[in-house]
Amino acid sequence: MLKILKYSFYDLMRSRWSYVYFLFYLLLGFVLLFLNNDVDKAVITLMNIIIVLTPLIGTIFGVMYYYNSKEFTELLLAQPINRSKIFMGQYLGISISLTLSLVLGLGIPFVLYGLFKSTAIFNFSLLLVVGAFLNFIFVALSYNIALSTENKIKGFGYAILMWLFLAVIYDGIFLISLVVFNSYPLDKFSLAATMFNPIDLSRILILLKLDISALLGYTGAVFRKFFGTNFGMLISMGVLVLWVILPVLRMNFKLRKKDF
Amino acid sequence: MKYKIGLFFFFMAFAVSAKQIVVCQSCEVKTIKEAIKMAKDGDEILIKKGVYKEQDIVIDKPISLIGEKGAVIDGNNVGGILIFQTNNFKIKGLKIINVGLSYTIEYAAIKVIRANDFVIEDCILENVFFGVLVEKSKKGIIRNNKISSNRKNEASSGNGIHIWSGEEMEIYKNEMFGLRDGIYFEFVKNSVAHNNLSYNNIRYGLHFMFSNNNEYHHNEFRNNGAGVAVMFSKFTVMHHNKFSLNWGSASYGLLLKEIYDAEIYNNLFEQNTIGINAEGSTRINYKNNTFLRNGWAVKIAGACYSNIFIKNDFLNNSLDLAYNSNINDNKFDNNYWSEYTGYDLDKDGIGDVPYRPVKLFSYIVNKTPEALILLRSLFVDIINFSEKVSPVFTPTDLMDNNPLMKRAITNFDTQRND
Repeated sequence: MLKILKYSFYDLMRSRWSYVYFLFYLLLGFVLLFLNNDVDKAVITLMNIIIVLTPLIGTIFGVMYYYNSKEFTELLLAQPINRSKIFMGQYLGISISLTLSLVLGLGIPFVLYGLFKSTAIFNFSLLLVVGAFLNFIFVALSYNIALSTENKIKGFGYAILMWLFLAVIYDGIFLISLVVFNSYPLDKFSLAATMFNPIDLSRILILLKLDISALLGYTGAVFRKFFGTNFGMLISMGVLVLWVILPVLRMNFKLRKKDF
Repeated sequence: MKYKIGLFFFFMAFAVSAKQIVVCQSCEVKTIKEAIKMAKDGDEILIKKGVYKEQDIVIDKPISLIGEKGAVIDGNNVGGILIFQTNNFKIKGLKIINVGLSYTIEYAAIKVIRANDFVIEDCILENVFFGVLVEKSKKGIIRNNKISSNRKNEASSGNGIHIWSGEEMEIYKNEMFGLRDGIYFEFVKNSVAHNNLSYNNIRYGLHFMFSNNNEYHHNEFRNNGAGVAVMFSKFTVMHHNKFSLNWGSASYGLLLKEIYDAEIYNNLFEQNTIGINAEGSTRINYKNNTFLRNGWAVKIAGACYSNIFIKNDFLNNSLDLAYNSNINDNKFDNNYWSEYTGYDLDKDGIGDVPYRPVKLFSYIVNKTPEALILLRSLFVDIINFSEKVSPVFTPTDLMDNNPLMKRAITNFDTQRND
């Protein structure tokens, strides 16, 4: 598995897209800090970008890599190597290289601008952790889609649709249901609803450390009790881990039966 | 000014004729009560270093009570400590600790009843129920005191400086923390509070009730239940104050309720859950205030008329404005909004496109508070944008027609002088 991981990783590292992605974040970090000059504020802006863009890039990279390296994968499959090792190697290769681009791309400008002296260091590391999680989750999800769809175009379509659903449509449905069922107690419902969407969950995890916690306290004690404590944080992180594990498990399950 | 001159002559007179009574453990006079019994009008009682365990000390003649460094009156948590029922008195430099708690009687470290022309200065009041409680008095000066307590809930705590029915008070350079209200003005007229620091109080940093024609400026209110609450009051002037970190459920920087004809200018509201919450407030001018990183910068509830916001800075608030009634004749003009995305083609410093401070999301949150959980989600940004392009739900006439392109205030002048 390590060999394949290494191969995938180096393959991606050599590809232009990893550099573009890395440079994009690098530029973004520098521009944000240059315009704001305040690490705290930059973290908020960055969050807006990370929770939308990281899943999108993860999804597209995942699908693209699967379809592009399909022939090579088939060649590997002919060798006496465990199937799940091949695919896990590829999966980890993509996820790790994307995460590396993210962490280095954003980390370098922030460190140069004196992150270690700032109080925002915790928020910033949380941001990176969440970004890494989103990478792992969305690459896994997109690999699932690609594995289940032979047709390249269809696969791309489904992957983008999945991203669109989780990033935008889900929140729309969520909001509408909140407004429609206004007269019912909605605290627990919304708490649960956030857990079923990794993007929402990441957003709230970060916002809790920034501005939402006090605003939430204004409405429901349930939110505050849950999200305001370390326990809530732990649970949320746990759910994010589940969001990685479940798609990976399904991937392995699917692999065993798939006819290549 | 008049009463200051009066005081001056009073002290001049007593410098000539007054005698000094010294109280200490090894002196002839060992207790403060004894000294007061001996004292004549205009005398000075000097309390030397030591702990005096006394309560209910009634002072009914115009004398001065001066404490040496290290002079402590300990009330043993029984009841009130000093009770002044006289005009023209002065108390200085005493440390008074451990006032008793009662749910029916307002025990205070220093209680002043029906007094004119008095000075309370340089005192340290610790673990008090009420700190300084002034009833039906005029022309008092309360300055440089440090008042603190460590109570846990509203019912079992008292106020730092409580003035009930007073006129022409001047309260400055005091520090108050761990109390119910830092300063409480109840039926107070023509009084000023300035350069005070009020923090970590359970309820309000400063509280006005039925008090007209008062002013407060250059104070700092930090981490209170609400910074300042002004209720049922007229002609209040508030300027150069700093309201910060009033952060938590139902916390406000400034809470306005049923107030008329107020001026609010050059204040700084920083990191409050709600910067200003106005309810039933009429004829209020908000000018040159800075709202920095609040949850809601301003929240306007029903029955507000003629509130005019001019040249304020709204910087990086989660939501600039929440509004749940008609626009009425409230007006926003010439403010700077950090979220403004318009342009200024003629370079006159005023944006060419009006700014709408109420976003669709802010409107939804007002109707369905739980929706707040979607703050900063992509979907919310999209609906905000489409609402901005063509308003359907938000009040169409609620807008700033001349939004500034640059911040109105470049330097804050809210620093207290110590």
